[in-house]
Amino acid sequence: MDYLYYPGCSLKSTGRAYEESMLSVFRKLDLAVMELEDWNCCGATAYMSISELKAFALSARNFALAEAQCKELSTAELVVPCAACYLCLNKARRYLDEHEELREKINRALQTANLDYHNRTRIRHPLDVLANDLRPEKIKDAVVHSLSGIKVACYYGCQIVRPYADFDDQKNPHVMDDLARLLGAEPISWPLKTRCCGGSLMGTAQDVGLRLSFIILKEAVKRGCHAVITACPLCQFNLECYQPKMSNLYGESVNIPVLYFTQLMGMAFGISERELGLQRNFNRLDTASLSRISAGGEHVGI
Amino acid sequence: MEKWKSWRKIRYESELDHYFPDQIASIPGGNKIFDCIQCGTCSGMCPISPYMDYTPRQLIAMIRAGFKKDVLSSHTTWLCASCYSCTVECPKDIRLTDIMYAAKRLAIREGVYPRRFPIPVLAAEFFKSVESHGRSSEGRLLVRLFLKTNPLMMLKQMGLGFRLWLKGRLSAGQESINRKAELRNIMQALEKERMVKDKTDFMPTGREI
Amino acid sequence: MSAFENKGNGTPKIGVYVCHCGINISGKVDVSEAVAFAGRLPYVTIAREYKFMCSDPGQELIAADVRSGLIDRAVVASCSPLMHELTFRRAVTTGGGNPFMFQMANIREHVSWVTLDRVAGTEKAKALIAAAVSRVARHEPLEPTRVPVNPDVLVVGGGIAGIHASLTLANAGKKVYLVEREPTIGGHMAQFDKTFPTLDCSACILTPKMSAVRAHPNITLWTYSEVDAVDGYVGNFKVRVRRKPRYVNEDLCVGCSDCIEACIFKKGKISDEFNVGLSKRKPIYIPFPQATPLVAVIDAESCAHFKTGKCKKPCADACQPNAINLEQTEEIKEIEVGAIILATGFKTFEASRISRYGYGKYENIYTSLEVERLVNAAGPTSGEIVLKNGEKPEAVGIVHCVGSRDNNTNVYCSRVCCMYSLKLAHLVKERTGAEIYNFYIDMRTPGKGYEEFYERLLREGVHFIRGRVAEISDWAMKPEEEGRIIIRAEDTLIGAVRRIPVDMVILSVGLEPQSDAEEVRRRFNISCSREGWFLERHPKLAPVSTFTDGVFLAGACQGPKDIPDSVAQAGAAAAEALALVDRGFVELEPNTAYVQEEICSGCRTCTNLCPYNAITIKKDKNVAEVNGAICKGCGTCVAACPSGALQQNLFTDEQIYSEIRGVLSHV
Repeated sequence: MDYLYYPGCSLKSTGRAYEESMLSVFRKLDLAVMELEDWNCCGATAYMSISELKAFALSARNFALAEAQCKELSTAELVVPCAACYLCLNKARRYLDEHEELREKINRALQTANLDYHNRTRIRHPLDVLANDLRPEKIKDAVVHSLSGIKVACYYGCQIVRPYADFDDQKNPHVMDDLARLLGAEPISWPLKTRCCGGSLMGTAQDVGLRLSFIILKEAVKRGCHAVITACPLCQFNLECYQPKMSNLYGESVNIPVLYFTQLMGMAFGISERELGLQRNFNRLDTASLSRISAGGEHVGI
Repeated sequence: MEKWKSWRKIRYESELDHYFPDQIASIPGGNKIFDCIQCGTCSGMCPISPYMDYTPRQLIAMIRAGFKKDVLSSHTTWLCASCYSCTVECPKDIRLTDIMYAAKRLAIREGVYPRRFPIPVLAAEFFKSVESHGRSSEGRLLVRLFLKTNPLMMLKQMGLGFRLWLKGRLSAGQESINRKAELRNIMQALEKERMVKDKTDFMPTGREI
Repeated sequence: MSAFENKGNGTPKIGVYVCHCGINISGKVDVSEAVAFAGRLPYVTIAREYKFMCSDPGQELIAADVRSGLIDRAVVASCSPLMHELTFRRAVTTGGGNPFMFQMANIREHVSWVTLDRVAGTEKAKALIAAAVSRVARHEPLEPTRVPVNPDVLVVGGGIAGIHASLTLANAGKKVYLVEREPTIGGHMAQFDKTFPTLDCSACILTPKMSAVRAHPNITLWTYSEVDAVDGYVGNFKVRVRRKPRYVNEDLCVGCSDCIEACIFKKGKISDEFNVGLSKRKPIYIPFPQATPLVAVIDAESCAHFKTGKCKKPCADACQPNAINLEQTEEIKEIEVGAIILATGFKTFEASRISRYGYGKYENIYTSLEVERLVNAAGPTSGEIVLKNGEKPEAVGIVHCVGSRDNNTNVYCSRVCCMYSLKLAHLVKERTGAEIYNFYIDMRTPGKGYEEFYERLLREGVHFIRGRVAEISDWAMKPEEEGRIIIRAEDTLIGAVRRIPVDMVILSVGLEPQSDAEEVRRRFNISCSREGWFLERHPKLAPVSTFTDGVFLAGACQGPKDIPDSVAQAGAAAAEALALVDRGFVELEPNTAYVQEEICSGCRTCTNLCPYNAITIKKDKNVAEVNGAICKGCGTCVAACPSGALQQNLFTDEQIYSEIRGVLSHV
């Protein structure tokens, strides 16, 4: 087993396609992945707004479980696709590492569940794994349908680059763009690739969420992209599921497919649509339409 | 003739809380708020600041001056999407996002947060769900949120909800971990820690850090 | 005034003087008791107290006692030696004694200012007095060393500070070597168009001084040269200067530019450094029309003759005075000077380090130095402010504090940017009529006429937005923003986030030390501050001298500053250098180390440890030797010497042990 996999709550519901496509892609690239047993929610922004100690404890239990599941290894490599989970776990790991008092409190509490935390867990984003643990040739060699002619806007969002930039440049990340290029696609250069999509505000303060996501989509459409590629389930949801509403509200059509980067990779690798969860996307971009675009045809939206 | 009810905006020292800035400053790195030069970079970077009643910069100034009630009852802290753009660009290394969280925690503790505002309600519902089951169930969470804050909105969202459900993207059941008692024990143990040692949820590090 | 008289038996005759310092000392120390105690100590012949020892009558007490033969050495128990050691040493000298037969006991900073308990304070004061008495009994008379001083001065750096310092010294009759690494003097000031707040033409006020330097009989001007090595010590520096070959004979060239015309490069291909990369020059060039010396220079890295060997050399043919000399080689000059003034200037902050400002990503985003060249009539656009497409901008944004006041880049404020941003606002508005927006955090205009200059700009209709720019990008949300650059910032005074579409952005970059500042400061054996600026001896009271005697600082190399301050500092540095070299000699404190050759084994432990390179080995005897003129008396070698051969005047082992014994005798 190479990696432990922490899905987080989103990847079992709105972000199902992310899990499906990521696992398919990892399988294709011979990366062995096992789901973390009995993982609990990372707490997201909600827990940090109510109790910081409990928020860290949630993450700590996950680390303890990961370390227990990987007893024979020196570190547990925990792959975390959801950006919010990635940030929560990363932040917790750093704070526990730096603050002895906090670490002691949490460990004492973990003891009541016979768990222990020893700072032996590494938090990895799948982008990190694909860009840094594999040689680029491995990805290139797996490409069956080159995505040449496909223009994509790689959207990183906030939480995988801020405030911790562990695997990419913080102000100008390029890891996803590099991956897209390996697949033959043409990633555009644009200033909104790390601008917030609104996150959970789409549900709680919809005016704000709609506007923030609209800004991003508008620019991607303006620059002639065929798809927006994301790395976070909430970003994908916000950008994809309200397009008609935005177009109505702001009087400007923003009709563009939004895919997970693992879905894009899967299509290039020739993996089947069902294995990539493509049928779950609202705005269809499938292998057929990809080939049409590649061959110079018009993009077909919904 | 226009009906204008006069109002007066003058702030007296007696209504301010001069312990409030130290409360906020007690989080790790929190004492940096006293370095703030009010440059406005945070508000300029923040994608949501046009919607906030007080911009992040204004909030820091209010915290420092002791405008406790205004800060804790504002919508600003709840509208923060934790994108960290402010934290990353602040020239004085102020961890604004963490300060927003601290203000949120304090607002809940003191019961001063805006009550009918969906965001704290969502946080509370999320918290309850995870405390008891270890995971959040997105479908149920959203339903409870809308019922508590804006039932009409739920009707409007039903189209989207249905579509999501058709595509297998909506979980209707209760997600849960297996070892719920374990989690409960951990949380209870922490509560004891908190009550005995900490008065607030903040790290008792003082202004030295 | 009371006194206890005591006739001692031993040779030392010590006088102890305990000061009240008003109530500063007497408030926490029982002075009379201390005096009584002192009077009973061995070798003390007289013990007195006085309200203010540092006053004239106080000093006279000491002098009179020395004169009458009552004492031959003194102890004053008062404040810190940093305050008055010199004063009391002089008092001893006035009385006819040796100034080094003196020791101070600090019972103010070390006792009365840090003790709450009067009884404990008095006991501590007594212990310190006992220590001083015990020590001074073992002092020997010493003479300060006198070293002759070379009257010539080296000035490194030919910007406005270096130029002014050189002229001042040359006018005082001193011989000055002015070494500048660029092919011309003038520095950054030569690149500016107008200077604030008077809007004087920069070249017009600078070039007369440049000509004066060239013409002055006392100044040896070496441009395109660098200092390679510095040896020696104050008054006697040996400097090696390397003159890089310009392949043009300076004495023959008349600056006619015929060679440049004739060059096989029909157009410039090399980034022009003087125009900050906005234009291109040929391999043979004169930096700007008023360059001093007005001599062409060939850049061997781009010249076809040097790179390929295949050039017909039309430059040499075109040159009437036959000044082109492609065989020219590097020349090493060894000079001896008494003082050195460093005036090496600054560089600007690299704007690409702040990626959210889009420098290098979007067109028409310039740094302030680039815009200085655009605005300058002799610049790449002949003074026209135009966008890359040749059109005039309709709106220009000026961004203050780029790279300054920021923990992520430079913490300090660069001092000149607010003023030059106002200046550029005025100039750009004058040339283009565009709407100008200055985005600032604070408006720093402290100098003479500076606030008035700000007021002038306010009246000229420039828009001032108090808010540090968050983002400069090209994603448009409104029709007026399409195709333009958008600046997003919070207008903190109004309390709203604003988006301002502009056609051009000027980034007011901060000042930084030169990229080789660390290397240079090591070469001259001085210190740097944390940010890399050359370190002055004292931030308030000694801003132009350094901790290395004989090396002075002038201009922005010591910290960001504007032209008036640079000139003032250059004058100050010249004055201090003059004071040094005019006297003819330097007197060095004799607290230097010395070698007892009989005990020295030549083990060389000391030679590597000396931070001032003051110790050498005498080849014939294989013993160490300390150069008393360079030695600073730090004591490192003395402590390290395994045999105890190295001792230090004023800090011999015997003196130190007796001081310790003195303290211990009373605790």
